[in-house]
Amino acid sequence: MLAAADDAEEKAAATFPLTGNEAIARGAWEAGIKVAAAYPGTPSTEILENLATYDPADLTAQWSINEKVALDTAIGASFAGVRSLAAMKHVGLNVAADSLMSFSYIGAHGGLVLVVCDDPGIHSSQNEQDTRLFCRFAGVPVLEPADAQEALDFTRAAFEISETFQTPVIVRGTTRLSHTRSVVTVGERSVPPSRGFVNDASRTVTIPANARRLHPKVISREAALADYLETSALTVREDGDTRFGIVTSGIAYLYVKEVVPEASVLKLAGAYPLPEQTIRDFAASVGRLIVVEELEPALEDAIRAMGLPCEGKSLFPRIGELSVELLRTGLADAGLIAAPERVASHGIAPMARPPVLCSGCPHTASFLALRSIGAHVAGDIGCYTLAAIEPLRSMDTCVCMGASIGNAIGLAKAGTDKPVVATIGDSTFLHSGIPPLIDAVYNKANITVVVLDNHITAMTGGQDHPGTGRNLRGEPAPKVDTEALCRAIGIDWVRTVDPYEIGRVIQTLREAVAHRGVSVVIASRPCVLDPVKIKGAPMAVREDGCVACQSCMNLGCPSLGWSGALFEGRNKVRIDETTCIGCTLCAQVCPSDCIQPVGV
Amino acid sequence: MRPLSHDEFAGAEPHPVASGMNILVVGVGGQGVLMISKALALMAQRQGFQVKQSEVHGMAKRGGIVFSHVRFAERVWSPTIPQGEVDALIALEWAEGLRWLDHLRPGRGVFIADTRKIVPPFACRARTPGAPIAYARETPAEIVGRVAEGWALDATGIATALGDARAANTVLLGRLSAHLDYAPADWQAVIAAIVPKATREINRKAFEAGRAWIAPAMVEAPPPSARTAPAEGPATVPAGRPVVSIDPAWCKGCRICTTLCPEHCLTMQGGVAAVTAPDACTGCHVCEWLCPDFAITVRREGVLG
Repeated sequence: MLAAADDAEEKAAATFPLTGNEAIARGAWEAGIKVAAAYPGTPSTEILENLATYDPADLTAQWSINEKVALDTAIGASFAGVRSLAAMKHVGLNVAADSLMSFSYIGAHGGLVLVVCDDPGIHSSQNEQDTRLFCRFAGVPVLEPADAQEALDFTRAAFEISETFQTPVIVRGTTRLSHTRSVVTVGERSVPPSRGFVNDASRTVTIPANARRLHPKVISREAALADYLETSALTVREDGDTRFGIVTSGIAYLYVKEVVPEASVLKLAGAYPLPEQTIRDFAASVGRLIVVEELEPALEDAIRAMGLPCEGKSLFPRIGELSVELLRTGLADAGLIAAPERVASHGIAPMARPPVLCSGCPHTASFLALRSIGAHVAGDIGCYTLAAIEPLRSMDTCVCMGASIGNAIGLAKAGTDKPVVATIGDSTFLHSGIPPLIDAVYNKANITVVVLDNHITAMTGGQDHPGTGRNLRGEPAPKVDTEALCRAIGIDWVRTVDPYEIGRVIQTLREAVAHRGVSVVIASRPCVLDPVKIKGAPMAVREDGCVACQSCMNLGCPSLGWSGALFEGRNKVRIDETTCIGCTLCAQVCPSDCIQPVGV
Repeated sequence: MRPLSHDEFAGAEPHPVASGMNILVVGVGGQGVLMISKALALMAQRQGFQVKQSEVHGMAKRGGIVFSHVRFAERVWSPTIPQGEVDALIALEWAEGLRWLDHLRPGRGVFIADTRKIVPPFACRARTPGAPIAYARETPAEIVGRVAEGWALDATGIATALGDARAANTVLLGRLSAHLDYAPADWQAVIAAIVPKATREINRKAFEAGRAWIAPAMVEAPPPSARTAPAEGPATVPAGRPVVSIDPAWCKGCRICTTLCPEHCLTMQGGVAAVTAPDACTGCHVCEWLCPDFAITVRREGVLG
């Protein structure tokens, strides 16, 4: 059963339950933004999806081709004098970092807020880098909301700060903030008048002479912001038990309140910049000073640099998500609270349930074929990264978005005993795969690039991109022709195949790796989930014909399992008809020809 | 054990919710974990509680684990429920329920689980003769006996009988509702508010069926599941390790065997097929049967022929 967004009665009220992402979108809309752009990335994706539900007359909401273009778009809107927003996941900020570092010097004209969602615990990412360190590096203030109400309020406040101090402002969330729903009191939209075009080339053109004059302004801005935070309502001091005091920010505050509701707490707006006098006063009012923060010791290092003794990462882990349990253990280790009671375990070993490619996923066939040709496979970010694990186990590397083709160039130039193949999804290819492909042609690399084209950004839940023919609001949009693009950059050897024809995929890959120079195979077949869920007539195993060779099980298809019957002591296979979509891949690999459509 | 009557169970001692509750809803992608969470959150909100509902669904569509924390009280701080403080654990899939069992409040937490199994492909990886399925072995009777209060029911079966297996989550919600002191009409209103119009009737029935469900007998064998472990002891497990021999003189290097060997035991070496991972061979004979040149034989060690 599906949960429909059929809560019109809630929407009418002034308070309603919102996720952190929905609240950020609402806050930005209330702040009067005119332009919003993002590239999808868990856990930030829903921010732009929500902004796209507001009236197109209020604001432009669009998917950018990557995070840098999203931030550049927002910067352009800021130059034009209106409020703008860019959203991305933590690793997206690495892509947009070049723009951020320079725009920090230039500073905002129209208010600019950059929402960055971290993923402590690495629920769905390739690392758990802490964006708060980036903020300090860039000299850009960061606000860390603790819950959905603050997500809305801080986003609004961020626009005010951005314009008052002429700075981009980062609103930093985490998976827990983005995907926790709680009741929020909302406000009305108020659009500040446009400030008009910035028209100040001495500031907006970062030639060295200008940049040298701008850098001191970043330093003085830091001091001004710290001053502002001394008295701002964003900085909250709660006096309680004075044996010890806790300095914290963001979602960590919630865990603190859960564990030690009576403690003295200094809740900071964010990790940079810091209101030093407020922190000194607080430290002087309590016995021991404890710093509670998720991931890196951003606050702790800064407080220590003020010459204030404090404890933090000696008590709480520097990796993973913070939790009530970890906080209790840490405070108990410090002798500040009683040791938590140990919960007796039932001693049941958890069953392994790694995520898998869907039944009928077109990537399955591409990777089965890749495994059979015996190549070094440089992978990329997407659902298909799951092909790195058993049973497909046909991807050797995956670094980050768009790395596959460049990695393949290096592998080929280093010289290997096997052909070198890069695999990259359609959305990732557009995001950051085109420059390295041009590089491969230019440098005459002997590689094969497989574009896994499932016509959608699948991993993040089915977002459109410049290759789908639709935009964020679902309107028709121009569509990139990947094959023509490859030819235009000088690749002669380009073939498009249907991954459901597994024999043809293997044959095409063999020809591709035999070709000297850059060859491109486009494996084109829509995702089985998005934009429409595909379900065809299911397949079934003729049990008396199954010799339990388990060739089909090498697909890793979740519709395939053991039937309970045996052949020579090995398990025969059964297909779950309710989930099988009838892709026929299992039938194609069955050497005993015993898999047929149901009813045949 | 004597089956409990409906009155004894459902009406007699509803969970005291005056001070709030922590409910953990778990399952795998696509089962409707979030729908139950939304219903619980809306219900609690209508009763005047502060509510927080936190979920992790990054890999949900890829058949991975999904879990959702629903907390309601006068004031809720942490979005997640600390271990050992879950008042009710609702599991939409059997092994997922077991995964989170230690999160239940000792001596008080209620466990409500669908007994249906969704066996991941990963559980069927072992290929050798007689290999067991890697799925939880604990039976519903065993688990229900271990927790303070446990309800293991074939919610998927009940929902299928009503006309749509996808309403299994609402069956479990109905079962939970018997533990909470709220009127059935309030629950039905909440469900009607969040499910698509076309599915309101099936969800209404599923809720009632779950609420009225009575354990047939707590020590009974588990109900038939979609996929069960293989039958006990294969009749004839062949003796001896399988040995593959390839006659290079007969092999023309067509690569049929290297492509189709399910265990990737064979690779091309100098233009002909060779056995490069003999330990992985399960003796399935696929290479032998498919070799167009009769270059391959598969025998069992110590077996002639």
